[in-house]
Amino acid sequence: MQPYKNKDYAQHLLDRLREEAVRPLSAMEVCGTHTVAIARSGLRDLLPKNIRLISGPGCPVCVTDDLDLDIVIALARQPEIIMATFGDMMRVPGTQSSLLEAKSRGADVRVVYSPTDAVALAAEHPDKQVVFLAVGFETTIPTIAVAVEQAVQQGLQNFSIFSLHKLVPPVMEALLTDPEVKLDAFINPGHVCTILGTEPFRFIAEQYGKPCVVTGFEAIDIMEALLMILNQYNQGRPAVEIQYKRAVRPEGNPVARAFINKYFTPVNALWRGIGEVPGSGLVLRDEFAQLDAQKRFPITVTPGKRVKNCSCGQVLKGLKLPYECALFGKACTPMKPVGPCMVSTEGSCAAYYRYGAQKVGGTV
Amino acid sequence: MSKTQQDQVILLGHGSGGTLTNQLIRTVFQDALHNPILDEMLDAAILDLGQGRVAFTTDSFVVDPIFFPGGDIGKLAVCGTVNDLAVSGAVPLYLSSAFIIEEGFPLADLQRIVNSMQAAASTAGVRVVTGDTKVVGRGAADKIFINTAGIGVVPSGRDLSPRRIQPGDLVLVSGTLGDHGLTILAQREGLAFTTPVISDCTPLNRITSAVMEAGGEAVRCMRDPTRGGLATTLNELATQGEQGILVQETLIPLRREVVGACEMLGLDPLYLANEGKVIVIVAPEAADKVLEAMRNLPEGQGAVAVGRVTGSDRRLVLLETELGATRIMAMLEGEPLPRIC
Amino acid sequence: MCLAIPSMILSIKGHTAEIDVGGNTKEVNITLTPEAKVGDYVLLHAGFAIQVMDEQAAEEIFDAWEVAYAALQK
Repeated sequence: MQPYKNKDYAQHLLDRLREEAVRPLSAMEVCGTHTVAIARSGLRDLLPKNIRLISGPGCPVCVTDDLDLDIVIALARQPEIIMATFGDMMRVPGTQSSLLEAKSRGADVRVVYSPTDAVALAAEHPDKQVVFLAVGFETTIPTIAVAVEQAVQQGLQNFSIFSLHKLVPPVMEALLTDPEVKLDAFINPGHVCTILGTEPFRFIAEQYGKPCVVTGFEAIDIMEALLMILNQYNQGRPAVEIQYKRAVRPEGNPVARAFINKYFTPVNALWRGIGEVPGSGLVLRDEFAQLDAQKRFPITVTPGKRVKNCSCGQVLKGLKLPYECALFGKACTPMKPVGPCMVSTEGSCAAYYRYGAQKVGGTV
Repeated sequence: MSKTQQDQVILLGHGSGGTLTNQLIRTVFQDALHNPILDEMLDAAILDLGQGRVAFTTDSFVVDPIFFPGGDIGKLAVCGTVNDLAVSGAVPLYLSSAFIIEEGFPLADLQRIVNSMQAAASTAGVRVVTGDTKVVGRGAADKIFINTAGIGVVPSGRDLSPRRIQPGDLVLVSGTLGDHGLTILAQREGLAFTTPVISDCTPLNRITSAVMEAGGEAVRCMRDPTRGGLATTLNELATQGEQGILVQETLIPLRREVVGACEMLGLDPLYLANEGKVIVIVAPEAADKVLEAMRNLPEGQGAVAVGRVTGSDRRLVLLETELGATRIMAMLEGEPLPRIC
Repeated sequence: MCLAIPSMILSIKGHTAEIDVGGNTKEVNITLTPEAKVGDYVLLHAGFAIQVMDEQAAEEIFDAWEVAYAALQK
């Protein structure tokens, strides 16, 4: 796929962006994978100064509430439980510990690449209870739904999921109704839209009048998308358009959505730093309650002290840049993260720290 | 190996110093590794190193899985220590090897590992002259741990050190990066992918000799990018040398399978371990000659310049991306874990 | 969120497929893409194919590049 990494075409796109960016534009990249793609390619340095890219709350790891994590960690410590998780969650701090730390102290925590691996674990260890830490947005949720179906079909009595899933359209609406947040356009998460299509995001253009372009993850994809955003912006015709045509269809993936709806139903959810967002979480439907770890293993935890001065919330809303947080680079680094924005490789703070904007005198 | 030996396992008795230990040493270790010094079986090997400076290094090896495509823990244990000597500018000569073995470890596997060590030692032209064996109870060690220490001699006047790197120097690598790290990952349970990539584990003393012969004093220092990969090693050099290093993303040699697997798992090949590659920092006027010398050897056929030492941004390693922007190439923090996000 | 990469289907067996990703092979679950055929490119995420990729759309990018490159030559 050559053009995605072609320097000449990139230069051409930059020239076009400079021509079109006649007035200031603030565009939010909702998705953490976009934040990392932008940071790794050094794209921010090359964009015209009129275009301001703001990193949003699009990292399901980052927005996991630390109190939720305390419960997960407490569960992992139970001797009969095997906690299976994606690698992303291992270093996320709760108020006192992390899954990685709990593992080093003897908790049976296993990193899996696919949720179906957790089902296989349950089949292999009938004497243990396997709990899968289900984190992720709509890209990932269908895969957990399939795993749940497998467990049901196999009649497994020792498999359950701890759902901390979050949904993207509700949080985008929350941002749009937040008076503090000032955005002109959205770079829409490409892989979430692979599943959802464009329909759930139409309200952004139609109700709130903001351009919204579904974008791929190469730097060239992002530049093409910015050009499409500028065209809409300059012509005053906000719409939801697809730049990432090779992976996203307007109708999304109906099979995947059917799986989500079969097994899950929306609930309110707590987003770290943002607070409660209505209808933005998922819980297993009542008929599958026996696979819901939160119902199966009710557990109370006394939380530790929450660190003061963590600005994750404002960073996630795009109100502060990472290095404007008092803890950035001092009390909070990737090795000893305070908030999830630093812990997850996709977190804004981690991206800024790793790719070192302020040190090279540019922006990330 | 006899049929009965095939089924045999290591017992606690093999580590207690008596008949079983002696039997093990003779039939497994000495049989494979024999040389006049080892055969003396003294408490200490007596070595005559002549005059001049001695290079001395040690490493312990705990890799899991112990057998992998392209090598095993034994080959790694020999190459790892030989290579530390080689990149320091020493001629590697002698190794010690100490084993800590878990009770119940199959004797056939131990023989296979020791044979592998002999093959690697032979390739490198070094001899294992002393060793030790301990056995611990089941569960007290993960199968087998090996420590090797190595001694070499440093030719008079040779001074390889990050202190010597200067702005304008070129950064060379001897071939594709991340191959060993990826091979180990692919064996990890649960990741379940098949790759044609194999570990690059190999002794480096032949290629480092060739580099020194071609470049002489123009070679500032060498290092092998093992744990933490290219990024971590370059950061160490930049910090110790108090210089800045700028790398061109498009020049870094990577196998497409390594790139593909890393994209799938959310990992960065610049942080994966290499066990048969060397980084050479050399004055610009000697770079072509050194590259040619490297490319003449199979273990250096992919040798290429990937960047240079700059006079700015000291102690930082910067990467010029494909788009032409510059960003920091950070050091590795913590173990890389597969991600979905 | 969501690392997903293009991979090609080499063979299909029930609800799993063997795919090629950059020269490596892997078995993935294709329950979410029942219409996938051998030779299709699919997006791989967490051990699943989550969408069949549109080759036509991928081709369009090449066309755009050709136009842009031609413009640069002038």
